[in-house]
Amino acid sequence: MSNVALKHSSVNKIANRQVISDALLEIGKNDKEIIVLTSDSRGSASMVKFGEELPQQIIEVGIAEQNIVGIASGLAHSGKKPFIASPACFLSMRSIEQIKVDVAYSNTNVKLIGISGGVSYGALGMSHHSLQDLAVTRAIPGLDVMMPADRHEAKKMIEALIDYDRPVYVRIGRNPVQDSYTSSDYHFEIGKSVTMKEGNDLTIFAIGETVRVALDSADALQQKGINCRVINMHTIKPLDEEAIIRAAQETGRIITMEEHSIYGGLGSAVVEVVSQHQPAPVKILGIPDEPAIAGKTAEVFEHYGLSVKNVTEIAIHMVNN
Amino acid sequence: MQDIQSLKVKATEIRMDLLKLIYEAGTGHTGGSLSNTDILTALYYKVMNIDPQNPTWEDRDRYVQSKGHAVESYWAILADKGFFPKEELKTFSQFNTRLIGHPNNKVPGVEMNTGALGHGLPISVGMALAAKMDGKSYKVYTLMGDGEQAEGSVWEGAMAAAQFKLDNLVAIIDRNKLQITGSTEDVMSIEPLGDKWRSFGWEVIDVDGNDIEQLVKVLTNTPHSNGKPTMVIAHTVKGKGVSFAENVTKWHHHVPSKEEYELAMTELSKQLEVLQ
Ligand SMILES: Cc1ncc(C[n+]2csc(CCOP(=O)(O)OP(=O)(O)O)c2C)c(N)n1
Ligand SMILES: [Mg+2]
Repeated sequence: MSNVALKHSSVNKIANRQVISDALLEIGKNDKEIIVLTSDSRGSASMVKFGEELPQQIIEVGIAEQNIVGIASGLAHSGKKPFIASPACFLSMRSIEQIKVDVAYSNTNVKLIGISGGVSYGALGMSHHSLQDLAVTRAIPGLDVMMPADRHEAKKMIEALIDYDRPVYVRIGRNPVQDSYTSSDYHFEIGKSVTMKEGNDLTIFAIGETVRVALDSADALQQKGINCRVINMHTIKPLDEEAIIRAAQETGRIITMEEHSIYGGLGSAVVEVVSQHQPAPVKILGIPDEPAIAGKTAEVFEHYGLSVKNVTEIAIHMVNN
Repeated sequence: MQDIQSLKVKATEIRMDLLKLIYEAGTGHTGGSLSNTDILTALYYKVMNIDPQNPTWEDRDRYVQSKGHAVESYWAILADKGFFPKEELKTFSQFNTRLIGHPNNKVPGVEMNTGALGHGLPISVGMALAAKMDGKSYKVYTLMGDGEQAEGSVWEGAMAAAQFKLDNLVAIIDRNKLQITGSTEDVMSIEPLGDKWRSFGWEVIDVDGNDIEQLVKVLTNTPHSNGKPTMVIAHTVKGKGVSFAENVTKWHHHVPSKEEYELAMTELSKQLEVLQ
């Protein structure tokens, strides 16, 4: 393990949305241009305290996700720093044209925080899952796309975004995630992946909550004598192509892991780079092309093989062939 | 009158069923399910022309639950009507279930998958339009939330329904005055609601949405004006039937504790006794 990665998972009770809200509140007290926008999502975005302490800096638009993005782009055009906190499923789908045109195309400084992302909403079904958001947002020119691995990275990311004058989509989950980092005391740079563990037998690229699963898998593989590199691709756009090419050169085999459709997300991004610069076998792990099964995040991950057991089996098979 | 009395009994039983569902699954939309129970009871036990043995019968009336999150009263009713075995209710929100937290058309009786607000009305416009095209006499009913009125697509559908003179379309708003964050009027005011819909070309009727007698009367006699879609603004109480949940914001998706559950069931049993 590198010195930033936490070796073993431990229980964490602080959700990324809380971390983001706390950071925005602290910074917002001194930076009056920071405006949080919610769409009947104040509670689920953990923004109640922000609203109480900085009532002049929060805008509630009701259940209107197209409206919220349009309004934010207008605010940004006039020099405000809007942060939208709205469920990832609606923000990345219902408002996608506003994101494409009003935010990305017109280049307005809007930060889109997609909360309760991936399969966080569990048994609420496909209307509430966001498993296509990376694919869709990644294809829009002028929009950066990120997903933090844990609360420490969520904090680093939001701090980095305050004075980052570009449209960004960030997806976070609903529930607290087990830590992948030991602390927030490490160097974070937008567009630069983090090598969580060195290794030369194969590389696992992971994003979001799957980084923890990747680390635990690497640990299990280590005990079987397989030296696995783990890279956290917290920014999927702009993509750290160099790290991908290097991994393909140095480790040959690649596994990708994401809480997203197997189409168009991290796996696709890695394959796009590898196939054109350094061909290598890549196994893409994610949610297959179907409405995700009903269940809690852990059950869904297990069902689709985003698990230590499945990753180690695949890794062993790749290394032996 | 006897008929109305038995519907009231049914609605109370459904309230008990839906609370059990939510309590046992540990998840659900309690407030909105309790507020729309009387509306659904009127539709499913009296107003709509449906056949649980033949859920895809082409002349059936259609129901689209636009406020998809309040699914628990819906599941309880579909099971009670025999669209699927009551036993299956146990799987609500469990791993690999089809009885998820929103209407799911893998379940017999459900026409369309909903859950993202603001979809039901445009879908219903399409269904009502198809009935006109095919010369069929079935009606289309859709239920929206009042917070849902903030979605622009609702008003796109409103315009289209009037344009196409869909007097076979009945939209109902569960006007319980609350959404997740609080009062609809504080969050994003929708008043004057009736005037808005009237100005969009709809026939608008206000009813007490927890009074089955009024609901049945208004819903069985549509259209009330030829060539116009009908809007029924159902004035309801969110959390209706459970005193401590009524008009309380957090009960939108609050799951009752053991004590709350037992207290709620006691209250509802007493209401049942009075009715029987
Ligand atoms: C497009 C969309 N945005 C947000 C949500 C999340 N959501 C679920 S229920 C709800 C509040 C609904 O309030 P209301 O329409 O008044 O329904 P009711 O009070 O009858 O429960 C919200 C915002 C959603 N389901 N769909
Ligand atoms: Mg409401």
